[in-house]
Amino acid sequence: MKKIQDIQPTRTPMREQEPKVRAHNFQEVPLGYSEEEAKREAARCLNCKNPMCVTGCPVNVNIPEFVSLVEQGEFAAAARAIKKTNALPAVCGRVCPQESQCESKCILGKKLQPVAIGRLERFAADYERENNLVEMPEKAPANGKKVAVVGSGPAGLTVAGDLVLLGYDVTIFEAFHKAGGVLMYGIPEFRLPKAIVEKEIAYLTQLGVKLERNQVVGRSIDIPELLSKRGFRAVFIGVGAGLPSFMRIPGTDLGGVYSANEYLTRSNLMKAYRFPEYDTPIVRGRHVCVVGGGNVAMDSARTALRLGAESVKIVYRRSEAEIPARAEEVHHAKEEGVEFLLLTNPVALEGDEKGMLKSMTCIRMELGEPDASGRRRPIEIPGSEFTLETDLVIFAVGTGANPILTQSVKEMELNRRGYIAANEVGRTSVPGIWAGGDIVTGAATVIQAMGAGRKAAKDIHAYLSEKEPSWT
Amino acid sequence: MLKILSKRELVPQIYEMVVHAPDVAAKAMPGHFVIVMADEVGERIPLTIADYNRDAGTVTLVLMKVGVSSTKISRLQEGDLLYALIGPLGHPSEMENFGTVIMVAGGVGTAPIYPIAKMLHEKGNHVITIQGARNADLLFWADKIASVSDEHIITTDDGSAGRKALVTEPLREILEHRKDEIGCIWTIGPAIMMKFCALTTQPFGVKTVASLNTIMIDGTGMCGGCRCTVGGETKFTCCDGPEFDAHLIDWDSVMKRQQIYKHEEKCSLDRYVEIWQNQ
Repeated sequence: MKKIQDIQPTRTPMREQEPKVRAHNFQEVPLGYSEEEAKREAARCLNCKNPMCVTGCPVNVNIPEFVSLVEQGEFAAAARAIKKTNALPAVCGRVCPQESQCESKCILGKKLQPVAIGRLERFAADYERENNLVEMPEKAPANGKKVAVVGSGPAGLTVAGDLVLLGYDVTIFEAFHKAGGVLMYGIPEFRLPKAIVEKEIAYLTQLGVKLERNQVVGRSIDIPELLSKRGFRAVFIGVGAGLPSFMRIPGTDLGGVYSANEYLTRSNLMKAYRFPEYDTPIVRGRHVCVVGGGNVAMDSARTALRLGAESVKIVYRRSEAEIPARAEEVHHAKEEGVEFLLLTNPVALEGDEKGMLKSMTCIRMELGEPDASGRRRPIEIPGSEFTLETDLVIFAVGTGANPILTQSVKEMELNRRGYIAANEVGRTSVPGIWAGGDIVTGAATVIQAMGAGRKAAKDIHAYLSEKEPSWT
Repeated sequence: MLKILSKRELVPQIYEMVVHAPDVAAKAMPGHFVIVMADEVGERIPLTIADYNRDAGTVTLVLMKVGVSSTKISRLQEGDLLYALIGPLGHPSEMENFGTVIMVAGGVGTAPIYPIAKMLHEKGNHVITIQGARNADLLFWADKIASVSDEHIITTDDGSAGRKALVTEPLREILEHRKDEIGCIWTIGPAIMMKFCALTTQPFGVKTVASLNTIMIDGTGMCGGCRCTVGGETKFTCCDGPEFDAHLIDWDSVMKRQQIYKHEEKCSLDRYVEIWQNQ
């Protein structure tokens, strides 16, 4: 048994690209652990009998098991241990908010820094992939039951990965020309290299998951048809949140004004950052303002820097304490030179005669009493308006439910915000249809969507295994 | 899937393509559009469906060679595959028996007008089509349009075919004489033409529908790049449209948004022209 006084008190740091260098390229920011660094960090784990970290993980990865395998130098075995409950370890090791999940429960955290579980997860997955040690796990024999998964983001990939191992015949329907959902269009290359996402999806297709791209469920094909004509016994809907919100202020139609969804999709999925090698253009602002304080806002701001902006400002209506983005993202953004204009809210956008943005008028805010979210409500300070020169404004102020799919299954119940109403295991009001991820919860995290997928997959298996299944 | 079964140049710079896409054809309705990608590095561009054949599993697309994407697609040959074709997207045209309808088509807008006119004709409407082109050499599908129209008026800017006039002139004359007969008007073509059609019909108070062709990426409501202002509200062309009340559209904003990437489009096309010349 290790003694706490023998434990290295601080986490083994992960090397990163220098802020000044990385602010001008799209390569990944953290460079990963070496084998020695990984072993040193893994040695910090106490291998608790009652590991709290596992309870903090939405997909219950057996963390002590994989960490001790890393400590022993059994890196590929560590990756396989993770993959028993998590089909996307290289993704999760990079984008999960471990500080508020597994690592927040680590017993070391009471006195020292918690074990860097996310970094070790990333290391194990990268080691296995980069050394071509990926092995196909054992699969249950084919049971001939077909399951359709709508959307190939984190929720859908998890459902597909779990059910294919249980012997189901799984087909994923994806609206875009590339699979991966938000992992492809939303999260930038410098946080999650697309080659890694493609490899993780290739792993699933090698396991036998079928993928139909360019299929907009609700338009080219609809769910009742999947169930009746195409022989699917269950459908899981994981289509993400969808429709971007704009502020109701004058000037949002101007050129140089984007939703974060459009800006990031242009850059990430369509690879506009490599224009003209790729055909999709993007407005490269010199003085950029990003409205909002979430992870999507940080991703947009950091993308704008890499596309050559001279200045990038986060414009956020509350104070730093209320910023919803991960601390690491805020830290990285600041290091790279993103400025934070807090307690500030846009009131109008102004353009030139050609309809291109040239400035944004903002108003100063102060914090009043707590609102429904428990955070102090921002209130405008009368007469405090001022104007910023800007040629690119990106709105990262949230999204609403996409109606295309929900309208196509008329009897499916929605909640008052237009998202699909589903119970804790993902069952909707329509027998045979499950849902999970952002289309149920509204915008959340990759791992929460994966957690919802995991629960739904388990329930789909239970339901389809019963002789006379009951829905309610 | 997505194989180009036939391709021909209808008139200089305008191409007709029949694509094998049975899933799209099975659901296609007049007014729908599709998103097309020429190749893996290509843009996603919207094209309104010009015709479809459910039995054969085909959709017909008509496009004008303007920028990189349309030029790339126009260079594909019979037997080639499109990289992606997604749809049908948007809402179909809202149709009923209006009595008499006027269809105003300009340039390449003639193609998407055809399936709408055809279905209106089948539903028993008296269809008056005004088909405009710059000159006789750029006029296409006149026979197809005639086959679904009870009255067919051709206009050209120079009088080389039909009447020497802009489409708005016969439109105004019909409204002046027969306003009470007209149940609905469709206008599809360049934004500037649709704007002037809307201005022409507005004083007569006749319902006028325009189909917008905006910049898009996903075509499913996710990016908001296709947004426009209709009656003071932000609408997404892809999932709220593509047809809107032409009298409520902020046309100047629509036209400005079409120009956002003008500079980039030229750079990109110049680059490709050089590459293609060196091949």
